[in-house]
Amino acid sequence: MKETIDLTLNGKPVKVTTDSNRMLLWVLRTDLHLTGTKYGCGENYCGACTVLVENEATRSCHVTLKDVRGKNVVTIEGLAKRGSLHPLQKAFADHNALQCGYCTPGMIMTAVSLLHKNPTPTPSEILEGMNDNLCRCAAHNRIVQAIESVSTTSKGGI
Amino acid sequence: MRHEKDIDSLDGAISTPMDRREFLKRTGGGIFILFTLGDSLLEFQERQGRLPSDFNAFLRIAPEGRVSCLTGKIEMGQGVVTSLGQMLADELDVKLESIEMVMGDTDLCPWDMGTFGSLSTRSFGPSLRQAGAEARLVLKELASERLGVPVERLQTEDGMVFDRTNRKLGISYADLSKGKKIEREVTGKAVLKKPSEFRIMGKSVPRRDAPDKVSGAAQYAGDIRVPGMLCASIVRPPAHGAKLVHADTSAAEKIEGVAIVRDGDFIAALHEYPDVAVRAVAEIRATYEREASPLDENSIFDHLLRVAPAPNVVSSRGDLEEGKRASRVVLEHTYLNDYVAHAPVEPHTALVKIEGDKATVWASTQTPFRAKEEVARELGFPADKVRILTPFVGGGFGGKTSNRQVVEAARLAKLSGKPVQVAWSRKEEFFYDTFRPAAVVKIRSGVTEIGKIQLWDYHVYFAGERGAEQFYDVSHHRTTSYGRGWTAGPGTHPFATGAWRAPSNNTNTFARESQIDMMAAAIGRDPVEFRLQNLSHPQLRRVLETTAEKFGWKPQKAPSGRGCGVACGVDAGTYVAMIAEVEANKRSGEVKVKRIGCAQDMGMVVNPEGATVQMEGCIMMGLGYALTERIRFRGGDILDVNFDTYEVPRFSWLPSIETVIIDNMESAPQGGGEPAIVTVGAAIANAVYDAIGVRVFRLPLLPERIREAQKR
Ligand code: FES
Ligand code: FES
Repeated sequence: MKETIDLTLNGKPVKVTTDSNRMLLWVLRTDLHLTGTKYGCGENYCGACTVLVENEATRSCHVTLKDVRGKNVVTIEGLAKRGSLHPLQKAFADHNALQCGYCTPGMIMTAVSLLHKNPTPTPSEILEGMNDNLCRCAAHNRIVQAIESVSTTSKGGI
Repeated sequence: MRHEKDIDSLDGAISTPMDRREFLKRTGGGIFILFTLGDSLLEFQERQGRLPSDFNAFLRIAPEGRVSCLTGKIEMGQGVVTSLGQMLADELDVKLESIEMVMGDTDLCPWDMGTFGSLSTRSFGPSLRQAGAEARLVLKELASERLGVPVERLQTEDGMVFDRTNRKLGISYADLSKGKKIEREVTGKAVLKKPSEFRIMGKSVPRRDAPDKVSGAAQYAGDIRVPGMLCASIVRPPAHGAKLVHADTSAAEKIEGVAIVRDGDFIAALHEYPDVAVRAVAEIRATYEREASPLDENSIFDHLLRVAPAPNVVSSRGDLEEGKRASRVVLEHTYLNDYVAHAPVEPHTALVKIEGDKATVWASTQTPFRAKEEVARELGFPADKVRILTPFVGGGFGGKTSNRQVVEAARLAKLSGKPVQVAWSRKEEFFYDTFRPAAVVKIRSGVTEIGKIQLWDYHVYFAGERGAEQFYDVSHHRTTSYGRGWTAGPGTHPFATGAWRAPSNNTNTFARESQIDMMAAAIGRDPVEFRLQNLSHPQLRRVLETTAEKFGWKPQKAPSGRGCGVACGVDAGTYVAMIAEVEANKRSGEVKVKRIGCAQDMGMVVNPEGATVQMEGCIMMGLGYALTERIRFRGGDILDVNFDTYEVPRFSWLPSIETVIIDNMESAPQGGGEPAIVTVGAAIANAVYDAIGVRVFRLPLLPERIREAQKR
């Protein structure tokens, strides 16, 4: 039903008035004009729509607007701080960890959450943590390298 | 080796080349160098019986010194936005940062057939370099007049022309192009740089699109917003071949803000929000009439053999009977592969806005100029009233040469009078994909006691000929193809098929290299040695020897139990060899690829890092068609419609990957975005045989197929 939902989005308080049963993905992309979060499958299989909800990687195609009421939501657009890229964003660019780039926002958000929970993951923990994010261009090798480089050079959190 | 088949996926509309006078009227001042895209394009255009355009791309040095290259090619991840810029910057002697690539805009860029076939670097690249060198020559001539210094004494660097003997005397490209409108065609007089003179080519540079792609700013077709636009969801049949009988849209119409558009059996819901449009379509009760088709993913192969058209002999040499007589062992086998989906993470998307007599389109497409023609036809507009813009494309792999979603958006924009976005759901993406065709290869081959291949009788059905060429030294061989490549006549496939990354070659290389391996095993020879014994092609030998050496290959006949398999291939002018190491479980049929080594000779390499990333991508993507990817269907009904059952490679599959690019800077650049994928299926099939002695003749190598093969 149509209602007004309050949440914190990329560090700022936001009010959205719409049907609160709509999926967060579409509210972000249409009502809030944040198109960095992508649709890939709509059913929780690909991870292209991943955002952070309370620092936890969350599939925005699979949570409703109502589910994030009062919560802290971060999208790819909210990662850079004071105009400088998040270390993981920089690492993805530096390691050629992308090709078409369509999966990239979801990959980065998942990696941010992974490093938040575990700042120094082992290679197999990275593979496991990223396993449900799909990249058809198959940049996997470089994505792992990018995440490894951040896990050893910074604290990795946001 | 020529690959004329590469450009055969173009069977549809070709736009008329832009009129030259019209074009030059539209452009502002500066220096223009007009050029064509190389021989294969010209040949193709002539073959199509169309007037060749006298230029297909151009570069412009604007009065403020900005250098733009305008081309109908598009960026879908393959990295040409970077490598083409490197080529131009180097020949022109400007910084890479001052190059702007304008791609896939049909109003600004001259006609192009599309981005596929690994043609961007090998066909477009050399022409672009020519144009850059030509531009530098023009600039030197202008500078000579302005500075009163003979051309021979002039030198260029970072966008400036200098007097070699007095470096204080110089002038910038910007100043030289100010107030001018000079057009030139490539004369061929300008001399290209030698590899030893390269400053930007041959060096690894970061992707130029990476900053936008990591920040979320990069725009794809679905990210474009225009005022008043509506998002569409279209009523789809449950199966290919089903006909709409009746549809009740009354419940959907009651949803606030939803508009239902209907034109015959084409029905769509439009709404400001895409998700609400989808919800509305779910409320539409539609009934269909379906024809029962007996075809499924298993019966399809007999069907294909039944409907195969007359054979076409692609190449032959010697006498097969004699080859058979000379052979000690003759093997005859049939290889199959299932339909495979492109499955880019970005589904087909388009936005169409009609204003008066002009339509503007943003599309996720590999063929913007074909889309322009298709939209014009749909709207009944002259082609010059349609403009296609191609934002970043979220993966194509051949699938986005087909523009069905663009035509749908045009139709809905016309019917509704509003700008309309069509963004396919994952299910629609699987339903309307132009799958890599299911195919059959039959091979009869013979070998002497000492390991000389004497007989090779090769028949490929419906995959196409790319990669079917014989490159081993066989005295008696014949290669025969049935069907028109990856597209086929009506009654062949139950749904659309098309070009899939390195089309035909994955099928052909899997079959050929499996058969070669079986011959080696039949006479008790090591598979690498056996190949080298029958291979005099110098570049192929070199990639195979390099791969074997880097991998630490120890000669042993298969099955050795260690789980290593080899394969060689040629694609898009590039030579590849690959060795895979697997762990295979005989009981469960599970296969895990542990390590892949690959060497490729792709001629001149523009961006070594970019090329390496493409190789790694090919290898990793190839694991999918080798191990899991296949489309199941029943009577036109597609059963795999999302990533739960259609399994693409994921992180946990990642093998250790070692790649080598052979240093061959003196040769022309060849394809890079496709070749390394062609050997993956065969290398893994051969590795499975080496591990557990089980030969599987059908891709993908599903666990049940590996279990089943042991019962035979
Ligand atoms: S779009 Fe949400 S998981 Fe694929
Ligand atoms: S970079 Fe294209 S899907 Fe990952």
